[in-house]
Amino acid sequence: MKQTTGTLVVKLVVLAIAAVLLFAPFLFQNVRSVEVAARICIFIVLVASYDLLIGYTGIVSFAHTMFFGFGAYGAAIFLKDMGPGWWPVALGAVGGVVVSLIMATAIGLLSLRVKAIFFAMITLAAASVVLVLVSQLSQLTGGEDGITYKAPDLFKPATKLLVDGNGKVVKLFGVSLNGKVAAYYFVYLSCLVLFLLMLRFVRSPLGTVLEAIRENEARAEAIGYRVVAYRTFIFCLSATIASLVGTVYAVWLKYTGPDTSLSFDIMIDILLMVVIGGMGTMWGAVIGAVLLVLAQYYLRDLMGAASEALSGVPVLPELLAADRWLFWLGIIFILLVYFFPKGIAGTAMQAGARR
Amino acid sequence: MDALNKTFERLGGVNLLPVALALVAFVLIGAPSSWVTLTVAGLAMGMMVFLMASGLSLVFGLMDVLNFGHSAFVSFGAFVAATVLAGLSGWLASDSIAMNAAALILAYLAAIVFGLVAGWFFETVIIRPVYRDHLRQILITMGAMIVAEQLLLALWGGTPFTVLRPHFLEGSWIIGDVSIEIYRGFAFILGALAYVGLYFMLNRTRMGLLVRAGVEDREMVESLGFRVDRLFIGVFMLGSALAALGGAMWAGYATLITPHLGAEMMIIVFIVVIIGGLGSIQGTLLGAILVGLMSNYLGFLAPKMALASNMILMVAILMWRPNGLRPAVK
Amino acid sequence: MTLLSLKNVKTNIGQYAVLHDVSFDVAEGGVFVLLGRNGAGKTTTLRSIMHLWRPSPGSITFRGQDITGMHTSDIARMGVAYVPENMGIFGTLTVDENLVLATANGKIDQTRLKWVHSLFPALEKFREKQAWSLSGGQKQMLSVARAIIEPRQLILIDEPTKGLAPSIVDAMAEAFRDIAKDSTILLVEQNFRFAKSLGRDMAVIDDGRVVHAGSMADFAADQGLQDRLLGLSM
Repeated sequence: MKQTTGTLVVKLVVLAIAAVLLFAPFLFQNVRSVEVAARICIFIVLVASYDLLIGYTGIVSFAHTMFFGFGAYGAAIFLKDMGPGWWPVALGAVGGVVVSLIMATAIGLLSLRVKAIFFAMITLAAASVVLVLVSQLSQLTGGEDGITYKAPDLFKPATKLLVDGNGKVVKLFGVSLNGKVAAYYFVYLSCLVLFLLMLRFVRSPLGTVLEAIRENEARAEAIGYRVVAYRTFIFCLSATIASLVGTVYAVWLKYTGPDTSLSFDIMIDILLMVVIGGMGTMWGAVIGAVLLVLAQYYLRDLMGAASEALSGVPVLPELLAADRWLFWLGIIFILLVYFFPKGIAGTAMQAGARR
Repeated sequence: MDALNKTFERLGGVNLLPVALALVAFVLIGAPSSWVTLTVAGLAMGMMVFLMASGLSLVFGLMDVLNFGHSAFVSFGAFVAATVLAGLSGWLASDSIAMNAAALILAYLAAIVFGLVAGWFFETVIIRPVYRDHLRQILITMGAMIVAEQLLLALWGGTPFTVLRPHFLEGSWIIGDVSIEIYRGFAFILGALAYVGLYFMLNRTRMGLLVRAGVEDREMVESLGFRVDRLFIGVFMLGSALAALGGAMWAGYATLITPHLGAEMMIIVFIVVIIGGLGSIQGTLLGAILVGLMSNYLGFLAPKMALASNMILMVAILMWRPNGLRPAVK
Repeated sequence: MTLLSLKNVKTNIGQYAVLHDVSFDVAEGGVFVLLGRNGAGKTTTLRSIMHLWRPSPGSITFRGQDITGMHTSDIARMGVAYVPENMGIFGTLTVDENLVLATANGKIDQTRLKWVHSLFPALEKFREKQAWSLSGGQKQMLSVARAIIEPRQLILIDEPTKGLAPSIVDAMAEAFRDIAKDSTILLVEQNFRFAKSLGRDMAVIDDGRVVHAGSMADFAADQGLQDRLLGLSM
């Protein structure tokens, strides 16, 4: 795509987001905001890895949280069994990736061979089976309660990154440089590296092939691209990244359960983020993730207030209750798919093109 | 291998699978009375799942539309029927079977009417703008499902809803040491009647012929002078009504329903449709019965495996027949 | 009298232009043959007439009426039948059910059915058989039978002889001659011997354009023109 003013704006916005996230612990000095920032980092990578699949190959998977969960549970199980340390994190990451790759290859070869539409159904079925299994194999996974564990020592709040002459933690702009800050930068840097890797990938010749396949499957097949092989490959790649970022999230949260990593609600969040942000752009993932996570944390409060204000009116308060925010998002989602299928980033990037 | 295949087809082909499954289960379970109870439960579940799945399968076959929001009809059907039953609780408690039956029929009718109207709305408003665009279709119908589920939560609340059963369907038939829940027998019979009706419609009426022809080759049906898109509205409404009826029957079977009912059934419905082969009613019935039996047998033998078992069944069948057991197009 | 007329028809499939500029007139009665190499755009022309692909721009008139933007089913109801290259048989329906579906009101005219059965005796023999179990030749017969079970003024037939045994090709030619007494046939054909024996008028399409149109007798006599337009594939 040619560089349009819209593209420039989108890139600047993304850059600004990256900058804000980089300084987040210093800009917003309360626990909840840093929590939100970390969640945004994680979801940017998670959504971008999903965008690799949906945006660059046009196939819909409902199993993305499954891979995310494999990575998270991998780290969680090893950290629980072996105690805090870097080895369990590494083992968990590798374990999660291996399981993800096996599942992705099996699903890909089984269903992409027949009909792309089967893929959506089969991934949905697979993901729900894994979800049920996880809640039932409670010895290993902690069942519905999940697993609580300790992160590596470096990330303990008591850890002092820099000490001044008196042995006290150095404060920078009023923020103590302790393990909590280290943990945030671990999340930030891991996510940055993964995101840049994906960006590099879609700019590579392989990325171009994928776009060709998305544009015209039959033609790509005729030219001699092995469509099934390519799609399975990209499915594996996106699963791997989802799994890795799952591990990062598990280390950050120090808790892993069905609700934080596997549940269908997260899958819906990912779908909303990628569509609202804009499919097939990578930048869209950033914008979608930021908007949705912010909305999750702050819009709910707003809706709760609105609901109370309207308590006299029938049904409306019910629909405006904080728990019903998905209702409105769902409607926005449908309207977006109808009228702006390219999402915010895609539409913005086109805006300059007409000039 | 070829000869083996021929013998297999002559004996009834894939239709034998449920029988084989039942025989294996008989050996594993050991106790004939439990086996009968489980088999009846499996068949009843199969028929209800069939009702939920048949519309999805036909709609896909005819228009290449995969409706991820289909489960909304199931859960709404369940809640509409349960609400009507709750409103008519006086009729249900009476000793007169006529009053009981009238309440039940009204509840089912309400679900069916809801299904028809919602189906019409869904087809014209949600799906029509995105024909032939699978990606957007999946996204939009998924979005519609989210909205529908939230609406359910807003209207009926998140707490489980107790479903009243008519008095005459309570209890069990006892034959020797075998006990069969009456409601299960009833669900099986009602489901079987719906199948026969559907089968008759598809095979003996001109409308049905058009639907079957449309599933095979839509362009040819149009080239012969018929509007497949208009036919499709009818099929879509019928499919939604059947799903709502299936949900209504399921409500009575489960006796306790939550707004997540549809999403939970959706997985089973998908598995059934994939196993059976998209677009074929016979295939859907076969898949539904297989899944129903499998769930009940394994729910008894290895409860933790029940849902995973359906997945394994699906994988095995897809490896053997990538297009499902009885796909609509040869 | 002109029955069907195509003027500057251009058709895109996806982003690829398949027909660039197709114009020709089909007079009423007899067989009009559309010749051309593989991929020249013959099938696309027939599909554009049926509005299975959307032609734009350009206009198609049938019996003097513009049918360019009409729905496929309405074009069919005006009296155009289509026998596609893949025959479009409904495999899970029986032979008779296939025929019933081709009627407007669900009733087959018995004298007409007798005539169809006299053209294609196999269809009478296998009336209750499911169509997927028929042989390739029988499927082709069924597809043609479906197009003529009710009187239609124009019948579009796409490569009916492809893959058929010579004896069946002869029977098909015989049937087409009989059909062409009352209807007009627009035939797409690669088998030149077959086309030559039937055609009254003809046109050659190459790379999405009509490169020659005229009478079949003249074209058949001009070996040089044939070699130039059709190449060695014929």
